Amino acid sequence: MVEQAISHHEAEANDRVMFGFWIYLMTDLLMFAVLFAVYAVLHRNTVGGESGHELFSLPLALSGTLLLLTSSFTVGIAMIAARRGNKTQTLLWFGVTFALGLAFLCLELWEFSTLIGEGQTMQTNAFLSSFFVLLGTHGLHIIFGLLWMGITMGYIIKRGLNSNMLRKLAMLSLFWHFLDIVWIFIFTIVYLGAFV
Amino acid sequence: MKELLVGKLTWDSLPHEWTTIGGTFTIILTGIILSVVLTRTKRWKWLWKEWLTSVDPKKIGIMYFIAGGVMLLRGGLDALMIWLQQALSSGDSQGYLSAQHFQEIFTAHGNIMVFFVAMAFIFGLINYIVPLQIGARDLASPLMNTLGFWLFIGGIIMVNMFFVFGGEYAATGWLAVAPLSGKEFSPGVGVDYWIWSLMISGVGTTLGAINFIMTILKMRAPGMTLFKMPLFTWGSLCSMMMAVTVFPLLTATLFLVYFDRALGTHFFTTIGGGDPMMYTNLIWMWGHPEVYVLILPAFGVFSEVVSTFSRKSIASYKSAVFGMIGVSAFALSVWLHHFFTMGAGADVNAFFGVMTMVIAIPTSVLVFNWIATMYKGRIRFETPMLWFLGFVAVFAIGGISGVMLAVPPINFQMHNSLFLVAHFHSTVIGGVLFGVFCALSYWFPKFTGFRLNERLGRYAFWCWIVGFCMSFIPMYVLGFMGASRRLNHYDSSTGWQPLFILMLIGGIVIAVGVALQLAQILASFIQKKRLLDTTGGDPWDGRSLEWSTPSPPPFYNFVTIPKITSSDAYWEMKKQILPKRSYEDIHMPKSTGVGIYISIFATLASFAFVWDIIWLIVVSLIAIIVIFVIRGFSEDSEYIIPAHEVQRLEEARIAKAPIATNAHENNSSEEDMGLRELIMVVYRFVMDIIKNKRWKKW
Repeated sequence: MVEQAISHHEAEANDRVMFGFWIYLMTDLLMFAVLFAVYAVLHRNTVGGESGHELFSLPLALSGTLLLLTSSFTVGIAMIAARRGNKTQTLLWFGVTFALGLAFLCLELWEFSTLIGEGQTMQTNAFLSSFFVLLGTHGLHIIFGLLWMGITMGYIIKRGLNSNMLRKLAMLSLFWHFLDIVWIFIFTIVYLGAFV
Repeated sequence: MKELLVGKLTWDSLPHEWTTIGGTFTIILTGIILSVVLTRTKRWKWLWKEWLTSVDPKKIGIMYFIAGGVMLLRGGLDALMIWLQQALSSGDSQGYLSAQHFQEIFTAHGNIMVFFVAMAFIFGLINYIVPLQIGARDLASPLMNTLGFWLFIGGIIMVNMFFVFGGEYAATGWLAVAPLSGKEFSPGVGVDYWIWSLMISGVGTTLGAINFIMTILKMRAPGMTLFKMPLFTWGSLCSMMMAVTVFPLLTATLFLVYFDRALGTHFFTTIGGGDPMMYTNLIWMWGHPEVYVLILPAFGVFSEVVSTFSRKSIASYKSAVFGMIGVSAFALSVWLHHFFTMGAGADVNAFFGVMTMVIAIPTSVLVFNWIATMYKGRIRFETPMLWFLGFVAVFAIGGISGVMLAVPPINFQMHNSLFLVAHFHSTVIGGVLFGVFCALSYWFPKFTGFRLNERLGRYAFWCWIVGFCMSFIPMYVLGFMGASRRLNHYDSSTGWQPLFILMLIGGIVIAVGVALQLAQILASFIQKKRLLDTTGGDPWDGRSLEWSTPSPPPFYNFVTIPKITSSDAYWEMKKQILPKRSYEDIHMPKSTGVGIYISIFATLASFAFVWDIIWLIVVSLIAIIVIFVIRGFSEDSEYIIPAHEVQRLEEARIAKAPIATNAHENNSSEEDMGLRELIMVVYRFVMDIIKNKRWKKW
């Protein structure tokens, strides 16, 4: 009887935390909305500099997109494994997700460093300011997500998969999917938009 | 090397002007006095355990109130300094402030009043009252709540930090319009202080708002459907919904301003393709809904008060709820009325003008709800009701002038005039501040177990009303005569000086009102035995659930979670025979210092961002992440109070409780201590200390 009451209490708490996390994701999305709006307003203000059409490489952006979309798929598999209580599978698929995320991050950093190497920095003009800040914010979220994932994997090894851990994993996977959605908008608006 | 260690800080950053020396001196002196008192009374541990690390929303609410009260004095002092300058500086006289200093003062005044006074009071109220009104024992995420509170305190520290380091605050107006706030025109650290104090307190607000949405939507007592929620809870819900919608915009915009200043980007600059007007749009997209974030809980307070003091349930409850929802929905689409003169064109201006006028409709619905509630009610004119009536009068003036300003052609004439300043002071003082004072006199018995002194409360109210009219009606007039806002000097041929002097006198009357409020609280503590609430927690014959708990409520709020059947939950319960008490195990969150630790590092990081101290930024951010990880994976944040312990606590409380009497026999306010008596008591107390040399024992 007592145990039942406690697990009921826990289930309610889990429900609340997940709800709160959804609201948090919405606030984060609003921050991105501002950055997208700013990009939309400023992307033509190149002040005589090169535009996105000349600077961006579509194959590069497409590879990044594919990496991130695949990682969204693998994080889904990892969650299924976690719900089944399979610790090795969970770790394996989170590991794959981590690797894909890292690869995406490397691609993005490589793109940034090439641009900066060509003298196209965030100080050059308003278009590049908004480009770097929009993508940089997304990249920062990816770094944060990878950090979170790494630490969580350490705790799975140490503690195994209890109900508390499952809730934390659910939040992590939501966060990862969220970053994917934001990236799809970036890919569409920033990269494809430059070539329309 | 030095640059690596301390960034831009130099010896010149330390205070060397009379204002900053005065401010630093005050801060240090207050710190010393507080620590001496705490050490002498051996209260450090008590302070840390019972208050600073507490996750009890009731205690956090009171801490918000104390912080807001202190900041009200600080921001009020700024107001008096502005008025004094304007009263003096006509014609040949330049007043006593430099132009730069004057600008810093009105910027700080606006920031402090909106962010650190109004927000503090509103969050304090929501913290204390909402869980009690919805029948909850704690919040959805107690940790997020303390974190939000301490980040807010971090914001207060950052907004006052310039006294000690740097000696200058932003001189840009409270919203730091671009490109004035850019590095080119404001090279000092003032704007950086502005950015970072708003940044961390804004993040705190977002966290608090998420938490209250979770709490209100997920933790109501069984039976309390959305349309049985008390109206204060409704107002809070609408307000918090708007806060999570707009505060992320503020955070993002502040980051962009910071990037412009620190990294040399071109978002809001005049060169490099930046767009300063985009800043104005973004900041007002947050800024306008922000004032509704403040006013909606106040509307909730008035609804509770008018219904309790008319002894009727609120007239047309549903239309009041839809009024609140309407206000919050429309509030998101009116921001452009702050800059009709930008030249967005007739179509855009017309749309936002119409939307602004439309928002007056749901607001008027609420006002008519209150009036209809009073109609045929048996009204009691105690101080909460006086504040409500004062609000209706002042807010109506503010609202009507607001509709005038919503008409673009009129707005072109009044833009940036004192008429506008008078308008928003009417709504924010008349609406938010009077709402907070109303709430304070209404819920004070719940906070402490005794009522506030009625007599001094009435004096304070009349000082506020008279002072308000004396200072802001001339301001409307001056606006019509062409006086622009933020004016530090005007020609004597304008003939404005008498009106400015009248405004200063009005300001002094308001200051007397504030002093009377402090005296009122002091007198109530002195006479607390006489003002004791003997009704078991229900001194006003209240209607909502918070009055069903003892005053002050136990830390677990409710022994048993009540079942709700109507929107006047407690009013219905009072008519029924109470079932026999039963006790159950109660889950409560443990106290935690995590909020304070994170906030300390967040404040250090902000300070480091202001002064470009790279190592401190890195260290603080890593520390924040480490604390989050440790806390996030700890599995031990709750404890259980067993049923027999609850029973013991409750029986001990009942044994100590004052003998219950009828609520209305004790309402003879004539016996309340007057001002002269209070002065005599304080005088005798001080003389006693001096004559008997009691200070030697300390």
